[in-house]
Amino acid sequence: MTTTTAASADPGERTVRKDSPGAARGPRRTGRIRRIGLPYLLLLPALLLELLVHLVPMVIGIVMSFKELTQFYIRDWGTAPWSGLDNYKVSVDFSAPVGKALLHSFMVTVGFTLLSVGLCWLIGTAAAIYMQDTFRGRGLLRALFLVPYALPVYAAVITWVFMFQHDNGLVNHVLHDQLHLTDKPSFWLIGDNSFYALLVVSVWKGWPFAFLIVMAGLQNIPGELYEAAALDGAGLWQQLRRITLPSLRAVNQVLILVLFLWTFNDFNTPFVLFGRTAPESADLISVHIYQASFVTWNFGTGSAMSVLLLLFLLVVTGAYLLLTSRGRKTADV
Amino acid sequence: MAPPRSFLWSRRIFLTLLTGFVLVPVYVMVSSSLKPLADVSGKFRWVPSGLTIRPYIDIWSTVPLARYFVNSLIVAGAATVCSVVIAVFAAYAVSRYEFRGKRTFTVTVLSTQMFPGILFLLPLFLIYVNIGDATGIALFGSRGGLILTYLTFSLPFSIWMLIGYFDSVPRDLDEAALVDGCGPLGALFRVVVPAAIPGIVAVAVYAFMTAWGEVLFASVMTNDTTRTLAVGLQGYSTLNNVYWNQIMAASLVVSVPVVAGFLLLQRYLVAGLTAGAVK
Repeated sequence: MTTTTAASADPGERTVRKDSPGAARGPRRTGRIRRIGLPYLLLLPALLLELLVHLVPMVIGIVMSFKELTQFYIRDWGTAPWSGLDNYKVSVDFSAPVGKALLHSFMVTVGFTLLSVGLCWLIGTAAAIYMQDTFRGRGLLRALFLVPYALPVYAAVITWVFMFQHDNGLVNHVLHDQLHLTDKPSFWLIGDNSFYALLVVSVWKGWPFAFLIVMAGLQNIPGELYEAAALDGAGLWQQLRRITLPSLRAVNQVLILVLFLWTFNDFNTPFVLFGRTAPESADLISVHIYQASFVTWNFGTGSAMSVLLLLFLLVVTGAYLLLTSRGRKTADV
Repeated sequence: MAPPRSFLWSRRIFLTLLTGFVLVPVYVMVSSSLKPLADVSGKFRWVPSGLTIRPYIDIWSTVPLARYFVNSLIVAGAATVCSVVIAVFAAYAVSRYEFRGKRTFTVTVLSTQMFPGILFLLPLFLIYVNIGDATGIALFGSRGGLILTYLTFSLPFSIWMLIGYFDSVPRDLDEAALVDGCGPLGALFRVVVPAAIPGIVAVAVYAFMTAWGEVLFASVMTNDTTRTLAVGLQGYSTLNNVYWNQIMAASLVVSVPVVAGFLLLQRYLVAGLTAGAVK
C-alpha cells in the first residue's frame, strides 16, 4: 500500500540510488531536449486521474467544510450557505456532544492504532526472523501465513463476526464452554469488549504484511555478516541485536509508517465488523466521520472532521519522517 | 552450525501458536460452509453434525451472487488493467527523464496515499452526480465510476513500485535500443517492460486485491445492478434468519480466486516489494 510514502520522503537514499546511473546519463541529455514534451505526455493519464479523483475532491472537501451542508443542499451543494468556521468550532468544542464524541473517537483510534501496529510489527518480525533459515515445511508455512493478507476484507472479517457471535460463536464456545474462563457468554461486538475484538481481527489481518516486508528486508542482509559474527563468538541473541535489527532499520521505518497510516485510516474492518455505527469503545475515526456524514446527514461537519484528520496525519507523518531521517543520519556517521 | 535447542523449541512453540491463530478462522469458514443450517444456528461445534454441500448450491439463489461476482470481476479487472498501463507510462517518464515538476508530481501522487478514503467519498460522490447531471454520463452507481475510483487507489503505489523497478533495469539497455532506432515507446515496450515483468505482476496483483476487497466506496456508489461482492454478501442476513453456512460458503467462493492468485504470484510480490519499496 503506502509502502512508498516514506521511501519517497527519504531523499538521502533516493539520491544515492540515482547517482550511479545518473552519472552515465549526463552527457546524453542534450539529445533529449527535443523530446521535452514526451515525459508530460506519458504522465498525462496519471495526472488527469489523480486530478479528478484525488486533488479536486480534496479541494471540494475543504470548501465543503466551510459550508452549512445538510441533505437539502446535497444535489446542488454550491448553493449551500457559507458558515465560516462553524463546522470546525463544532468539531473541536470538546464540551459539547459532537466534539466530545470526536475527541473520544480520536483517542480510541490512537490507542487502537498504536496497539495494533505494535503487535503486527512484533509478530511479523518474530515470524520472519524465525523463518530466516530453511527448515522442513517452511515454504508451506510461509504461504499459509500470507492467507489472512490475501483474503478479501469482507470475507475474512465476516468470518470473525460469526466467531464473535454471542450464542453460536466459536469464541464464547471456547472461552465459556470449553475453558470455563468466563461466568457467562460475553458480548464481543457491542460494549467494551468490541475494542479487543477489533484489535484481534486487525492484528490477524495485518501482521502478514509486516512479515512479508521484513522477510524481504532480511534477504538483503549478507550472510557473511552472520558468519563473521559467529566466528567472533556472538550468540544468536547478539546477532539479532547487532546485525539483524540494525540492518532492518530502514525497512522498519517504512513499514511502521505504512502500518500506522493503514490502521489509522482503516474503514473496512470496523465497518464489516460492526456496521454503520460502531460501539463506543471501538469507534474508529473513519467510521465516526462516515457516521457523522452519512447517518446524521451533516456533511459540512463531516468534511471539517476529515480536514482536521488530514492535518493531524500530515503533522505526524512529517514529524516521523524528520525524526527518522535525522536518526539515520546520526547513526550513519 | 546447528542452532541451539532452546532456539528450536521457541521457534516450534511460536510457529505452532501462530499457525493456530491464522488457521482457526479459515477452519471455521470451511467447516461452517459445509454444515446444515440447524448446526450453524445452534452452539458452535468443532465437528460438524453432518456434512452437506447444500450451502454451495443455495448461495447462488439466496442472493444474485453470480451477478455480484461478474460485477466485481469487471470492476477489479478493468481497474487493474488500466492502473497497470497508466502506471507503466508514468513510471517510465519519472525513471528515465528529467523534467520540471517531476518532484512535485511524485510527492503529490505519494501523499494521496496517506489520506483516509473517507475524505474523498462525499466530494467524489458529488462530482460524479454533477458530471452525470451535466453530461448524462452516469458515473454514480455505475461500474465505470467505481472502476475510475479504484484504479486511482492502486495507482500511486503502482507508480512508485514501478519507478523502483525501472530504475533497477540498466539504462544502457534501453539507450542501446534508442540508438538502434527504437522510439522511446519501442524502448519501453521491447526492453524495459519485459525486464520489469516481476514488478508489473506484483503491481497487478496488488491492484486487483485492492479493488476486490474494497468496501467503503462499493457500499455507497453502487446500486442493485452494479453491486459488487463486498456489498452483496450482506444479503445473506435477513430479518428472520442469518444463513451463516451460506455466508461462509460464499466468502470461500469469493476468496478462492484472489488467494490462489496471490499465493501463486507471491514470489513476484516479495521481489517487487524488495526492489520497489524496501531498498
